[in-house]
Amino acid sequence: MSPIDSPAVRRTTVWIPYLWLAVFALLPLILTLKISLAQMQLGVPPYTPLIGADEVGQKTWLGTLANYKLLAADSLYVSAYLNSVRIAAVSTLLALLLGYPMAYAIARAPQHWRVPLLMLVLLPFWTSFLIRVYAWVGLLRPTGLINSALLSMGFIDTPLRLINTEFAVYLGMVFCYLPYMLLPLYARLEKLDASLIEAALDLGATPVRAFWRITLPLSLPGIYAGCLLVFVPAVGEFVIPELLGGADVLMIGKVLWSEFFSNRDWPVSSAVASVLLVILVVPLLALQFYKTERAP
Amino acid sequence: MSRFPLFAMAVLGLGLVFLYVPTLLVIATSFNESRLAGVWTGFSLRWYGELLNDRQFLNATANSLIVAGLSATAATALGTCAGLVLARHGRFRGRVLFLGLLATPLVLPEVIIGLSMLLVFVAAEQTLGWPAGRGIGTIVVAHATLAMTYIAYIVQARLTGLSRECEEAASDLGASPLRVLTAITLPMIAPAMGAGWLLAFVLSLDDLVIASFTSGPQSTTLPMVIFSAVRLGVSPKINALASVLVVMSAVCLGLAAWLQARRGGKVLPE
Repeated sequence: MSPIDSPAVRRTTVWIPYLWLAVFALLPLILTLKISLAQMQLGVPPYTPLIGADEVGQKTWLGTLANYKLLAADSLYVSAYLNSVRIAAVSTLLALLLGYPMAYAIARAPQHWRVPLLMLVLLPFWTSFLIRVYAWVGLLRPTGLINSALLSMGFIDTPLRLINTEFAVYLGMVFCYLPYMLLPLYARLEKLDASLIEAALDLGATPVRAFWRITLPLSLPGIYAGCLLVFVPAVGEFVIPELLGGADVLMIGKVLWSEFFSNRDWPVSSAVASVLLVILVVPLLALQFYKTERAP
Repeated sequence: MSRFPLFAMAVLGLGLVFLYVPTLLVIATSFNESRLAGVWTGFSLRWYGELLNDRQFLNATANSLIVAGLSATAATALGTCAGLVLARHGRFRGRVLFLGLLATPLVLPEVIIGLSMLLVFVAAEQTLGWPAGRGIGTIVVAHATLAMTYIAYIVQARLTGLSRECEEAASDLGASPLRVLTAITLPMIAPAMGAGWLLAFVLSLDDLVIASFTSGPQSTTLPMVIFSAVRLGVSPKINALASVLVVMSAVCLGLAAWLQARRGGKVLPE
């Protein structure tokens, strides 16, 4: 037994983070579910209690599914959810198509190049998300750099409509979430035994066939993990559709934001968040599965 | 065999251009004297000068630095404990729940984290009277929860790479468990903790969504100022502001990489 496994130290190191997470990670989600059953009211807090008492002190249940009925009945919410899932799925696919060759190139680069290359790819992930989205606003808007350049070179007469399109949202998503895709792919491809591919080639397989039959199947867990890591945050993304998608691109993160900040309807916001959470439960559990499978 | 890597190398090159050029262009245009992005009229520090006279910007910078410093410190304490749990404790009751809860802030969409955190603060205010209103304190708590996960993974990676011989030797020589922890284990993982602190600082400095939900009227942070300015349109002043934020992040990351690389650790959790 290692000394820091002693009961006293062990108890402290477990209980402090455990309690913190219970209060600030688990309780928030439970409260969101709870308040999604309440109704909006003026006052502090801006939602009705779930249990009330009548004149004789009898407790009554005031919770209601009205918010969920609203979400199901209003096509705005339904299409926002469907749109979010579709845009996130397309973004994930695009990130995979760009990320796979990049991860492969890093994994096959000479040993002493790999870590610097990986750092180079991951560094943008740690520089401000908001600034990276803003950078694309500056490039894509009608008076932005791309349009100015094309106009001055005479390729176009009127500025292209680049910003406030779904195209701009895809660009932003891939740009911002690419590192999430690269990391698990690289981890998988780097461990791949090169002698397997050599053996396939010696036995007469073409390079393309060797890739399809050996490299790709062996990197599948990395593909799954990378796709889930991009898909889950992309479904609920707010900043990218807000700044690059404009009014035309409807996503659920924007809906939640405006329910909360413009309509100040906390119960409906909570219901929107709860449904989103339910949509994400399956991908989240799958992610946990691939992570634990990968762990030593 | 050689054709595919060549193609992959080309994509890697293009991908890196794609990842870096937009941000670098923002920094370049922040030095442009002209108000128009497409026209270069000369090198100028004019927009940086305007920032220094902008009271709203200075307030927001001060708020952001305070929030980032406090939340990074809290996250380092919490994350180090969690990292010790991940690396040194075998199985214990509730381990699966612990792992799951630790991973939630990392994977859930930010709008859900922001809204649900806010609901906890409001409920706590209703029942306990604390926190009285929202502001710096509530953003610090939210950011600390977000960042402790990253630090836990970094500390865990460090601990699993270290042999237990020193800890065991100290114990055999009669050191109490607490003394082993403070005299041996913590100094050995100090570089990882330092790197984690810097990453937590950067995370907090950059966050818009969670800060917007959990902030109060007096606690506007730098990303919130940038966001409301961007909604009104692109301006050279935002370019300068963005460049300041990028450089601050890059310095922290450089330091973090240096701390981690000194003993062959890894900067980023896998």
